[in-house]
This record gives sequence, C-alpha cells and structure tokens, in this order.
Amino acid sequence: MSVKKRAKDLTLLERIYIPEIIKGLALTLKTMFRPKYTMEYPEEKFVPPPSYRGRPVLVLDENNEERCVACGLCSRVCPSLAIDIQASETEREKERYPERFEINMLRCIFCGLCEEVCPEEAIVMSKDYEMAFSNRENAIFGKDKLLVPVSQLKDRIEFLRSYK
Amino acid sequence: MPKLIIDSKEVSFEQGQTVLEAARENGIKIPHFCWHPKLSISGNCRICLVEIEKLPKLVISCSTLAAEGMIVHTRSEKVINARNAVMEFILINHPLDCPICDEAGECKLQDYAYKHGTGESRFVEEKNHKDKRVELGPHVMFDAERCISCSRCIRFCDEIAKEAQLTFIKRGDRVTIVTYPGQQLDNPYSMNVVDICPVGALTSRDFRFKARVWEMSSTASVCQGCSRGCNIDIWVRNNEILRLTPRKNEEVNSYWMCDHGRLNTFKFVNENRVGMPYIKSGGELIQSTWDAAVNKAASLLKTVNKDKTAFIGSASASCEDNYILMKFARSVIGTKNISYYKYIDENFGDDILRRSDVTPNSTGADLLGMNGYLNYSNLSDGINNGSIKAVYLMDDNIVDKDPSLEALFSKLDFLIVHSSNMTKTAGMADVLFPSAAFAEINGTLVNFNKRVQRLRPAVALKEADRSLDGMNVSRLDKFGTGYDRWAQGRKRDALSGWKIISMIAAQLNNKFKYDTAEDVFNEIVRSIPEFAGLDYELIGKNGSDLKVKIAQPTLKA
Ligand code: SF4
Ligand code: SF4
Ligand code: SF4
Ligand code: SF4
Repeated sequence: MSVKKRAKDLTLLERIYIPEIIKGLALTLKTMFRPKYTMEYPEEKFVPPPSYRGRPVLVLDENNEERCVACGLCSRVCPSLAIDIQASETEREKERYPERFEINMLRCIFCGLCEEVCPEEAIVMSKDYEMAFSNRENAIFGKDKLLVPVSQLKDRIEFLRSYK
Repeated sequence: MPKLIIDSKEVSFEQGQTVLEAARENGIKIPHFCWHPKLSISGNCRICLVEIEKLPKLVISCSTLAAEGMIVHTRSEKVINARNAVMEFILINHPLDCPICDEAGECKLQDYAYKHGTGESRFVEEKNHKDKRVELGPHVMFDAERCISCSRCIRFCDEIAKEAQLTFIKRGDRVTIVTYPGQQLDNPYSMNVVDICPVGALTSRDFRFKARVWEMSSTASVCQGCSRGCNIDIWVRNNEILRLTPRKNEEVNSYWMCDHGRLNTFKFVNENRVGMPYIKSGGELIQSTWDAAVNKAASLLKTVNKDKTAFIGSASASCEDNYILMKFARSVIGTKNISYYKYIDENFGDDILRRSDVTPNSTGADLLGMNGYLNYSNLSDGINNGSIKAVYLMDDNIVDKDPSLEALFSKLDFLIVHSSNMTKTAGMADVLFPSAAFAEINGTLVNFNKRVQRLRPAVALKEADRSLDGMNVSRLDKFGTGYDRWAQGRKRDALSGWKIISMIAAQLNNKFKYDTAEDVFNEIVRSIPEFAGLDYELIGKNGSDLKVKIAQPTLKA
C-alpha cells in the first residue's frame, strides 16, 4: 500500500510542479500522434462487427418470402414483451405466417433472445443502431420496417452459425 | 377394500379397476396417450408400461386389472428405459413441427418428450411423409404426419358421439386416419376429438392459428347453447374471446361439449355490440349517456298505467338479472305482468348432451317465479287489444324470432330494451341499454337438471379492472400497459341487467342496495326457498344441485 505524502513532506522539485506539467504535456503530445478511436459521427458511420446486436429484423429469404412462421416463440421469450404477432394460415408448405408482426422498439432491450430462440433463423439482430422517434406510435415497427433481404444479413447469419 | 403396492406406497382400489386407474386415484402419475377415462381401453400406445413383480415382462397398466397384493413399480430402471424407448419410437416419424402446430403448449407428446424422452434422436433416415391439412369435416383439420395412432378420435366417434365416422387404414408406419367412404367427420360433437387428440394431428378449423395457448387467459364458465349448461373454459386474449373448450364436470357434461355450443355461442360477445346507451328521437336511435337514458326510462315508465306495462325477462339472462327485473316490476312499478319466452327446438335435442330447450336458464327463471310464460300470440293479442301499452324487455331478441312483432311494437307507447347486441329488437327500442354478455358478468344459471352454475367474467367491461376485480389474467394482461396495442382490447361500456335496473329504480326513489351480483344472489337465497343454503362459494366451479323438484308448468297455447 502506498502512503500518500502530505504537502509538508514534498520536496522542492515536487512543490514547484513544473516537471509534472511537462510530463503531462508530453503525454498529450504523444497521444496526438496515436491512432484515433473516435469518429466524426454522423458524417462518418460506424460499421459494427457481426457480433453487434442492432435492432432485430425479420429475414426475407432468396425467394423474397418471409421465413417467419409466426410460432410466437420470440414473442414468448422476449423479456420486455416487445414483440406482438398475429399468425394466420398460408398456402405455403409451412402453413403459418405472421399476418401482423410488430416490435415495439421502446420496449426492446437488444438482448438478442428472440434471435436465439427462433427455430427458422427468421429474426436476427441487424447492424442498424440508428433509431429516433418523436412519438410512441412511430416506435412500433411493423413488417414494412422489419423485413430485410437475407443478402444484407449475411455476416450476422454466418456469425450465428459459427456458434451452433 | 383390496390393496396393492405402487412404488412402495400401499393404495386401495375397487375391484375391477386397472392399475393405471388405481394409481391415478392415488395421485401417482403414469403417462398415457391412448387411454382416456371415458373411452374404451385400446392399449396401443405402450407408454403406460409398468413393472409388476412376479410377472416376466413389463405390462401396460391401462389394461391390467389391479389385484390384491400386487407390487407395482412405475419408476424402476426397467420402466424408465422402456418409456424412453417408446418415446423414441413414437418420435421417429413425428415431424417435430411444434413451431407451426396449434397444439404446442398443451400437447401431451411435448410434455412427455420433456419428462420421459432422452432428449436426442438416433434416427438419421428420412422421416415418413403423409398428408397434411386434410379437412376431415367442417370443423376439424387433420395432419397425418403428427398422428401417433392412438385411436382416441375413432373411439370417441364410435362410443360417445355414437356415429362411426373415422377409421384407420393401412398398417405399420403407413397407418393413417380417414373418414369412411362418402362420410365426413360432421357429427354434432366432432370437435371434441380436437381436445382429446394427444398431439396436434386434429386441430380446430375455427381456432386454427388464432393464438398461442400461453397468450390467453382461461375462465371457468357455462355454455349458453342449451339448458344442459355444459361447463366450459372461456379463452381470452386482449379482451376478445378466441375459443371455448369443455371443462370436465361428471355431473353435467363429463369431458365434452357440442360443436354448436363451442362455435356459435361466443362470437356475439366480440361483434356488433351495443356500445353505449341510446334514446330514440325522430325515429332514430341517438347516442346518449347513462344518466340521460336512465332518466328517460324512468319518466317513460311513469306515463303508462302499471297494469298496461309488460316486463319480459330472459331465459338467457342470469338469475340475478331476472330476479331484479321481477323485483322492480313488482315492488317499484307494481305490476304482475312479468314473464319470459321459452325456446324449444325439438330438432336440437339428442340423448347425449344437447337439450331441446335451447336457453341456458329457463329453469332458473321458473324457480324465481317468472313462470307465466308469454308466447308470441298472447303478447300480440295484448298489444292488439290495448291491454299492453308498454314493454320493458331484457336480453331477448324476440323480434328476430317472431317478425310479426315488428309491426305490433310500433303501436306501443314505449319499448325499453336491454341488449348486448344491435339486433332488430334493439333497433326498435325507445330507450336502449347496452347490457353485458354472459362472458362479462358474475351470475348464476340453473340447468335443466336444477343444477346452479356460475358465470364468471372472462372479458372485462369498461367498469372492470382485470386484476383488481380478481379476473383471470394472461401474462399479457398482467404486464401490458395503456401504450401496448396488445393490451388495449376494447372494453365495452355495458352493465349487467341488475345494475341498469337498480339505476332506474333509484331514479324512481327506490334504492336497491347491491354492490355485486353476489349480493343479489344472497337475497335470492334468502327470499326463494328453492335456493336456500346456497352461496357463490358453495356453487364453486362445478355447480351445486338444488334439492327441490319443480312442477313443469305447461305452456299456455
Ligand atoms: S432483442 Fe430481446 S428485447 Fe428485443 S425484441 Fe428481441 S428478445 Fe425482445
Ligand atoms: S421465433 Fe422466429 S419463426 Fe417464430 S415467430 Fe419469432 S421470428 Fe417467427
Ligand atoms: S388423430 Fe390424434 S386422436 Fe386420432 S389417432 Fe391420431 S393421435 Fe390419436
Ligand atoms: S350441449 Fe348445450 S350446453 Fe352443452 S355445449 Fe352443446 S349447446 Fe352448450
């Protein structure tokens, strides 16, 4: 344990501060030439790595069909009750589809549990972190905002598969 | 009583009981798919295997008679291995499509796979493919891949519905269920197969994909379809009824209900409701407020001679509502013109559950003393000859049943109506009160067999608060806020009949002092000897028999 020196015990050199100030300025100078970690947002955009959990989105597969079968598991697991689904019947092989699929982005806490539980790889965490709303209604994202082509979600899906 | 030992616990049984029944009665659970307490034993699923000492092999407990001194093991290693093997065998060709299966959440196969499965599959070959989405009948959809060939549905049709409509065809892993050639699964009880199918092979075409079972609340209530009063559960999500299912009551309906009751008796609660009080003005019903409508009704009632006012109760309304209507007519208005319509449909009744009296509470109305049955002709005559000049009508759409009343009603000085829905009768009212539907109130009904049964609110009225009023809540009800669309289901501004009438009575300077339907019921118990000794708690979930015999009054021609 280091014992702090009391002011009366300081040496002259320590008491005049100049060497300490020079040390500080030197550090500042050195840091100015180190690589930068901050960004000029929003002019410059941050592109997150695949492990990033942005807003959850629904996957549109190669045939432009939604993968979701409206099983309701994401809605059940969601700890903040952000997801509301109304299922309905379709002619497609998998019988069910979400007639309504809404995520309340004011409730979502970006935990990724919905993505983890989904049996169809139909809901994944995107890289989108830019969300601002001026009222509660706008914060409820319907299928129009949620459906994203699978081509834009490749990294995340690969990342998920590498952990299966 | 003879005794046997199950899992080192000595239990007694009745001669003729099987091992499974003896275990069940003593709270020892033995898994079973094909066995059902009300169906014959088929013994084909093999999941109920148990070990009995001195027998060389495991035996199925559903068809082995219990015997004195038997020593049964239901959890020995041998039994557990056998169960795992049976589970694995059943799951080999099961599609495991729980995410798109309506049964998920209330599926025996899912539950047992958790409890008795090993959790992994060694079957790597291609699964069998069979027909999916087969319309077996007007109300039931069949998915052959999910079927585990337990034969419960077949036995139900043969033994309970008494119409042989389903059968197995083919063998081995190709076995499947079909209807007999030229037939459909269309008996009046067909949808019970959906409830008893232990997997999601049979689903309700009406309820299909409407909701996950865990999203709904369920409330114990009674069917409105006929005077049997089958015990039901009302399943509600976001304040909307999505389905009814039968609730076991050996005294009334066993495990069953009919398709008419299941499908046709709840949709009116969700649709076409009277949303607020109305007052007629210039031939049009104009939206009004409770105060104005109550004032208007009270002042109208003062304008006509008491003996020329007829009060019509309802065999569909609760005892509480009918009692208060009677009390109001007798003690506030001072008339004995009180009656109700009885609806008999001989084609509806059968010797299983359905009764020809297609209203749920005519026995209750009779017991309360409303038994001067009106019929269409004596009401018509009364209006025609001027002996009836005003009608106060509660919860009965009589104009729809007798269209000639439409012209007659326009001769009345006034017509006051309580109605839950915008019906023809409601449209003719001078004052129209929105009345609460059966699924929104507390109350009692008396079935044909004089059994008093409880209605409980499953759908919240505007005046109600699910949690504070002790209504059953789903997870969504519990955590939803005013900002969540899934928790904002419409709450109707309607009231029970007894509340509406009490408001009018107060306007006429007669205070009826009741806070709840239970207060009204307690008064019925005090004043009507047939109900003596009853209370809501005693009636409970399964109802309570009235000990009296009532003379069936004959219908006046
Ligand atoms: S990320 Fe978490 S909080 Fe957001 S919707 Fe998915 S489960 Fe719900
Ligand atoms: S878990 Fe997946 S498939 Fe199921 S409802 Fe959610 S997004 Fe759709
Ligand atoms: S359809 Fe259901 S009830 Fe009928 S045999 Fe198959 S699993 Fe059993
Ligand atoms: S038998 Fe009568 S009470 Fe029972 S479900 Fe059918 S209509 Fe309802």
